[in-house]
Order: sequence, then structure tokens, then C-alpha cells
Amino acid sequence: MIFDLSYAWRIAPRLVEALGVTLQATVLGMAIALTLGLALALARRSRFRALAWATAFFVEFVRSTPLLVQIFFLFYVLPEAGVRLSPLAAGVSALGIHYAAYCSEVYRAGLESVPQAQWEAAAALNLGRWRTLAAVVLPQALPPIVPALGNYLVAMFKDTPLLSAITVVELLQTAKLLGAQSFRYVEPLTLVGLLFLALSLAAAALVRLAERKLRVHA
Amino acid sequence: MTAGPVVRLRELHKSYGALPVLRGIDLDIPHGEIVSVIGPSGSGKSTLLRLLMTLERPDAGRVEIEGESPWTQRRGGQEVPADERHLRRVRGKVGMVFQHFNLFPHMTALGNVMEAPVHVLGLAREAAREQALGHLASVGLADKAHARPAELSGGQKQRVAIARALAMQPKVMLFDEITSALDPELVGGILQLVRALAEKRTMTLVIVTHHMAFAESVSDRVLFFDQGVIVEDGPPQAILRNPRLERTRRFVEAVLETR
Repeated sequence: MIFDLSYAWRIAPRLVEALGVTLQATVLGMAIALTLGLALALARRSRFRALAWATAFFVEFVRSTPLLVQIFFLFYVLPEAGVRLSPLAAGVSALGIHYAAYCSEVYRAGLESVPQAQWEAAAALNLGRWRTLAAVVLPQALPPIVPALGNYLVAMFKDTPLLSAITVVELLQTAKLLGAQSFRYVEPLTLVGLLFLALSLAAAALVRLAERKLRVHA
Repeated sequence: MTAGPVVRLRELHKSYGALPVLRGIDLDIPHGEIVSVIGPSGSGKSTLLRLLMTLERPDAGRVEIEGESPWTQRRGGQEVPADERHLRRVRGKVGMVFQHFNLFPHMTALGNVMEAPVHVLGLAREAAREQALGHLASVGLADKAHARPAELSGGQKQRVAIARALAMQPKVMLFDEITSALDPELVGGILQLVRALAEKRTMTLVIVTHHMAFAESVSDRVLFFDQGVIVEDGPPQAILRNPRLERTRRFVEAVLETR
């Protein structure tokens, strides 16, 4: 088994191009996870018991089933209900929903870390529910949970190869195709690993930087 | 100013779990009155303020601010549960300063004072800023407008909290043991602020305090709470110098000894 550098060099551009799809899936998936996750965390604290209970059930359900099954479900089962998603849309949605469930638990911890007295001070000033949330509670709840959310960003990034199972031509899928064409798997798969490693490290560094920035301002 | 009392409580009951905290409070406070509330800890003084501020809902009985319950409203001749709008309209007539300040730690002093005037009263930012700076100056903190709460002493934090509550121009202002968390040398300055406010006679004050001399000199009326009921209610000299009940006398003496 010899690592052919010149072959690796030749296929690198195609892999970098595929990396774009991977990044796109990660960014879109995380956008869904962050917004839906917050919505789930808030719904779980709702005064309306039925909503809180249904949300808790949904979160537990999503966390207790494999991501790959969820991806297959959105891609193969939803069309039977008339909802036809492109492979990338189905994959991004599955990633987003799956990680939203995890993020909602992080948000919940962040919201609970804000003292009740802060809600009461806001009520005494007659601030509305949403203003209290946006101006008083979230600015205190979010900084401590940035590292935990950042970890999920990296974890989601590393889960994107699962999308190859529904024919999204992301990084791993591209490497597989290259391998099938040339019967050489060492170079493409090694490059895939290196690209994931480099970007995961970069993302982790970015999260640490954000964390430090936020701590200065807190 | 309307004719009736600004605060009216009828048969007010509140329990925390199995623990009864208020056991039937009837109280009328006329507009502009300065009322001090004294009594042992756990007697329900703070709970009374929390009910007036609508931070708590009564288990039974009625709270009225200028004749309106925050929790119910009239619709088609019937009392129905209040919607958010009604609650906030009534709540807006009341303001509160807390024992532990409860400032928003991520905002500057100025930000704390401006937040509600801008986002509740709808003041333009510039106008709110001018007004907030004025309120900060009136509590002696003109030079601390851009400091965060973490950079302020306890006394300064409480001054910001007072400025923040004043900026909403409530009809009724509630002070919940606002000097209890302060170092002794900072207490006098805060009490002086409350005294100045009382002398202006621009709003009704309800003051929960352990400072008997302050209560006597500043208030029109003193309420003595014990075990969830008002056991004495009258002019400060009468309650503090010649209490009708033995337990009031014992409480006043005990508090005076520690000062």
C-alpha cells in the first residue's frame, strides 16, 4: 500500500469542491438546530401543559432514535405522504431536527441558569414576555452554553457523511466515487480524514475564541 | 387621580405549598400615603409586596390597584380572567425595588434605567436617555451611567435600581427591605433617598423595613404583620411608641436593641 502523492494532488480539487456541500449541510443544519432547538426549549417551558408535554416527548423521541434512521425516514417515507425533498434538503432537515433535540437540552440548562429574580425584575418593570426573553434572559442564558452548542456544531459536521446514504454527493460520497473509478481508496479516504480533522480543529478553535470573547463581555 | 384608594386588598390569602403566608389581609391605601410595613421575618411582609407587584397570584381574595384587579377584567358585564394586556396595564401602575437589587448584569446602569421606558412606555431613545441620566443624577450616580452592575458597590447598585423603578413613574412604589443586603455604612444614604422621595409626595410608597426610627419619621402609617395577618395598623407614633399588643412591643424593642 503506497500513498501516491501525485494522485492525491490530482483528486484534491474534487474533494475540496465536495467539501463545499459538506459545509453547506453543516451550516444549514446548524441554523435549523439552533433556531428549532431554542423553540423546543421554550415550548418545553410553556404554561400550556399539553404543548410542554408533547415537546418533551418529541425531544426524547428524536434523541432516542438513530440519526441514520431519521435521514432515511425523511428521504424515503415522507414522499409517500406527498412531501418530496431533494437529498440535500432531506439530509439537512434530518441533521437540523436531530441536533435541535440535543441543543434544546442545552438551551434548557442555559435558561434555568438565569435566576428567577431576573424574570421578576423584568416583570416589575412591566416588560413583555418576548422583550424579557430577548433583552434580559437570553443575553444571560446564551454565553455559558456557547461551548456546548459549539461541540454540537463539530459533532454535526462529523455526522454529515451519513448523508451519503441518501445519495448526497458530499465529501465521503465523492471519495467513494473516486475510489470506484481508480480502484485506489487510500488517497481519497485519507484526504477526507485530513479535511475533517483540519476543519474540526479550526471549528473548535473558533468556538474557544467566541467563548473567550463572551466571557470578557459578561 | 381617582377618588378611591390606590391599593385595596380584600380577604387576601396566599400559601406556599402547605405553608400559609398571608391569612386574610384587608387593606386600603389612599393615594399618596407613605406606609411602612414591619414585623418578624416570615410574617408575610414581602409576600404582600410580591402580590401587589403581581409577581404572585393570590390563592383567594382580591388585589385592586386603582379599583382594578390585575387578574380579572370586565367583559360583557362579567368578570373574566385577565388577558396579558390587562395585566400589564394594571401592573404598570406599580413599581418595585428589591432587597437584592436584581439589576440586569449585562447592561450598564444607563441601560438598566432606559430599558423599560423605551420598550414599555415607547419613549424615543434620546428622550429616554435624557430622562434616565436625570434619574441617575437624582440618586447621585451621574458619573456611573456607563458602569456595569459588577463594577458598582451594593449601595450604588441599589441606587441604580431605585432610578430604574422611578423611570417608570409608577403610582405605587414598593420597597422590599432595600437596605438589608447593604453594608451598614451604605444604609443611611439609601434611606435618605427614600426619605426625599417620600417628602416629594408624588407617589404612594409601601416600605418594608427593619429601621424603626426611619419608619417612624418617614411614614404616615405603620402596619405590623405577624403570622400572615395585620395585627396593628395606625400612625407611626402609636404603633412604635405605644403598641396596643404585647407582641408588637416585644418586636419593636428587640429590633431597637440590635440597632
